[in-house]
Amino acid sequence: MGRKSVNFSIKEINTDLARFRDLNITIGAITREQWDEPMGPTPFPSLTTLRPWDQRLLKRYKPFYLPFCDLCCMCTYGKCDLTGSKKGACGISMSAQQSRTVLLSACIGAATHISHSRDLLTHLIAASGRDCPINVGGTGVEVEAPITRLVCGIKPITLGDLEPVLDYCENQVTQLLAVTHTGQEGNNLDFESKVFHAGMIDHVGMEVADIAQVSALGFPKADAEAPLVDLGLGTVDTKKPVILVIGHNVPPATEIIDYLKENDLFPEVEVTGICCTALDITRYSPKAKIVGPISWQLRYIRSGVPDVIVIDEQCIRTDTLFEAARINTPLIATSEKNCLGLPDLTHEPVESIISGFVTGTVPGALILDPEKVGEVAVRVAIAMAPQRKKHSALPTKHQLTEWAKKCTQCMLCRRACPNDLPVAQAIRLAASGNLSGLDELYDDCLGCGRCESACKQKIPVHSLIVTAADKKTREETFCLRSGRGAIQDTEIRKVGGPIVLGEIPGIVAFVGCANYPKGSREVAEMCMEFARRRYIVCTSGCSAMSAGMYRDEEGKTAYERYSGAFEAGGIVNVGSCVANAHIAGAAIKIASVFAKRPLRGNYEEIADYVYNRVGAVGVAWGAMSQKAAAIAAGFWRLGIPVVVGPHGTKYRRMLLGRADKEADWLVYDARTGEQVNGGPVPEHLFFAAETKEEAMVMIAKLTMRPNDTSKGRANKLANYIDLHKRLIGGIPPDVYRLVRTPADIPLTMKDEIQVHLAEHDWKEATIPDPTLLSRMVHSRKVA
Amino acid sequence: MPMNESWQTAEIPGPKKASLIMKPDIADAMIRRAKRPIMIVGHGIIEYDVEGRPLIDCLIDLSRKAKIPIVSSASTNKEFLAREFEPAAIMSAIDISYRLTDPEWKGLDGKESYDLAIFVGLPYSMEWTILSGLKHFAPGVKTMTFDCVYQPNASWSFPNSTIKDWAASLKGIVENLED
Repeated sequence: MGRKSVNFSIKEINTDLARFRDLNITIGAITREQWDEPMGPTPFPSLTTLRPWDQRLLKRYKPFYLPFCDLCCMCTYGKCDLTGSKKGACGISMSAQQSRTVLLSACIGAATHISHSRDLLTHLIAASGRDCPINVGGTGVEVEAPITRLVCGIKPITLGDLEPVLDYCENQVTQLLAVTHTGQEGNNLDFESKVFHAGMIDHVGMEVADIAQVSALGFPKADAEAPLVDLGLGTVDTKKPVILVIGHNVPPATEIIDYLKENDLFPEVEVTGICCTALDITRYSPKAKIVGPISWQLRYIRSGVPDVIVIDEQCIRTDTLFEAARINTPLIATSEKNCLGLPDLTHEPVESIISGFVTGTVPGALILDPEKVGEVAVRVAIAMAPQRKKHSALPTKHQLTEWAKKCTQCMLCRRACPNDLPVAQAIRLAASGNLSGLDELYDDCLGCGRCESACKQKIPVHSLIVTAADKKTREETFCLRSGRGAIQDTEIRKVGGPIVLGEIPGIVAFVGCANYPKGSREVAEMCMEFARRRYIVCTSGCSAMSAGMYRDEEGKTAYERYSGAFEAGGIVNVGSCVANAHIAGAAIKIASVFAKRPLRGNYEEIADYVYNRVGAVGVAWGAMSQKAAAIAAGFWRLGIPVVVGPHGTKYRRMLLGRADKEADWLVYDARTGEQVNGGPVPEHLFFAAETKEEAMVMIAKLTMRPNDTSKGRANKLANYIDLHKRLIGGIPPDVYRLVRTPADIPLTMKDEIQVHLAEHDWKEATIPDPTLLSRMVHSRKVA
Repeated sequence: MPMNESWQTAEIPGPKKASLIMKPDIADAMIRRAKRPIMIVGHGIIEYDVEGRPLIDCLIDLSRKAKIPIVSSASTNKEFLAREFEPAAIMSAIDISYRLTDPEWKGLDGKESYDLAIFVGLPYSMEWTILSGLKHFAPGVKTMTFDCVYQPNASWSFPNSTIKDWAASLKGIVENLED
């Protein structure tokens, strides 16, 4: 389907019926159908279309609410104390209020992706035209937009075809946001269903954004051998003028690259990035460099290296203008969503803007024309570099010690630190000239700067940490495989069988932000462990960077050690946040491309297939944002569990199964129509792990599905038991719940597991052809 | 340092806040009064000593003397196994806490639900949110924390303490239970 505005006028026409003069006809949309698959039952679902599916999931995975505040302060009746069984002035309960907050969060996340997508699409259509074909992988990708096809029931051919998809997303997010108004929805499970809806809509928005930019900007197209690009502070050539781009929406950054290329300036200027714009700029040009994830903002800016900072949208520190001013670096804001109080110089002449920056009369400006940003950023960086001389806001080591001596050991820094790091102790050591404590903090520091805000002595604590770790920062010379985008249909056909049968033990996707409990290294270690165990590992966003910021005993990063193919033992960086859509898309394509399930507008059946057969798990180890909440919700509706780190409990609720309640795990056996026990798999839909070790064991467990063959289940159990023994200690206590037949038992563990089974009075069970949908039963035996 | 402020300064819950365990006798009385106590032990315990002994040994003593089953979360189990102590269960903190909100749940041994849950050694903010979940959704379960910092969402918590004061209190609790 495509949307085109068609206008034509007729000056004069004579027919047998009438004579027309000055006739103008406008057709808002025309349809050009190029997809012969019959329409499924749920194209463009509304808020309640998929409610029955959500209710099935929520019956099994009930919310465990973890209120982050006892109060509601969202209207003027409040504040209302909702402690325990108390109700607010509007009648709302604590459980409904928590789910309402989760929905708000998911709406913010979805709106952000969809808005990003809209701005990007508008820009790309202006540059390349509505007829620019969608091409995310050439002949290797026939299903170019699996989520859009599934949810909307349309097959987009050109960029213009994506506009009505975003119209739908925008409409749905507006409806969902309205749900959160005072005196609207009152049932927590209905709120939760709408959270799932927001997540699904979010995934559509992300898919639109990434397939549009892959198609129009020439990013790698489902390329398993996308280039390796530089990653880390130590990769930046500080002798050159340096441009820093931060954010998520890439057009201003691509214009910078274009200007450099057109003027043969690329060898003379460094283009560096933080967060997802960094990932996407390296998809546009592998010569650009990624400094690091979101948490690298303060440390990099304060280092004084950037000569100009260009920000677009999302996950940018809101004090960037202040930090930029400290190092005498001009800041260019490029998004209507993030103006920072700056003057709008979009329509000023380039020379005038540059002059303002270089003379220091204008510390920052809003420029809403990406092409102009490209020229201004490059010329300002070149002009500023010699006069700034990399002016740093970091103290020298001598100054560091002097600052440390001012510390009163009040502990407010530690009490402000999200990771409860022993900041005060490290500063006490530093006061005596020993910087080892501060140096150690660097690895686990989130770079939030709350320690500084808390300090009554105004000690620049974060800067002290960065100065103490200057050797480490210089040695941050890693690499990352540039985001490849989609998974090829040919790859899906190859791995579909082994995944569904369980012979590839699972797909583990490390996604999301960098609010880690113990630094980036844990993500890299988890990625490498699961790749070594022949899982398919996917990465995206800040986690994709973290996965590359560690070298193994042979000095190789994850991306050098493992292939970028969607295969057992591959580490597949799909790209930026919006590229997460390709991970969900891969699961959907296993159902449609491999298993030939009808895709078009057929959400329930595909989700039922994914849930029961595709052993995929999302891991957002440092999930921080509302976008991460929306991304997770999109996976939940597809039946894909998500594991978060300990900070993830602040999302206010988990979705947990009860392995001890057999009645919760009934599935239809599609062969007979009987309801049988499918086993407690996957056990949870949203789970916060206390440590990396607990997470790894849970990830291995959550890849199990009712459909696993015995060979597959044995493979998954072998990984689960081995990880449990190594990281937790002993055989997992619930193996008897996961073994269905003697053939499920891993051969190498047979003796000890048989003892365990005997201790638990284990009985053999049948392996069903599982479905939660009675209509999927082959023989109609269901009442 | 204020004794009854959230250790993480910004994590202020609301009107209902934990009572302070100012003396070992208070915790001791609560433990004695409980019919079915349970203790959830996180990986953070490994970092602490109680007057020269590892905290985990102190908790094992407490478990044995007061007959409190221990649920070991994360990799804490390895530490117990190294001491030839078998926890009542290996479960994630999230999982065991969720079950505590179910009044129908009959406990790890299938006999009866718990009425006192003691937490120690979880990451501060994770313990904070879990205790909040129990405060609101497990009315039949009182909660207590044995960490050296104030947890406002518990029913009873130690104040923000020096390690020395906290260790002395904890040791006192264990010794009292011998009486």
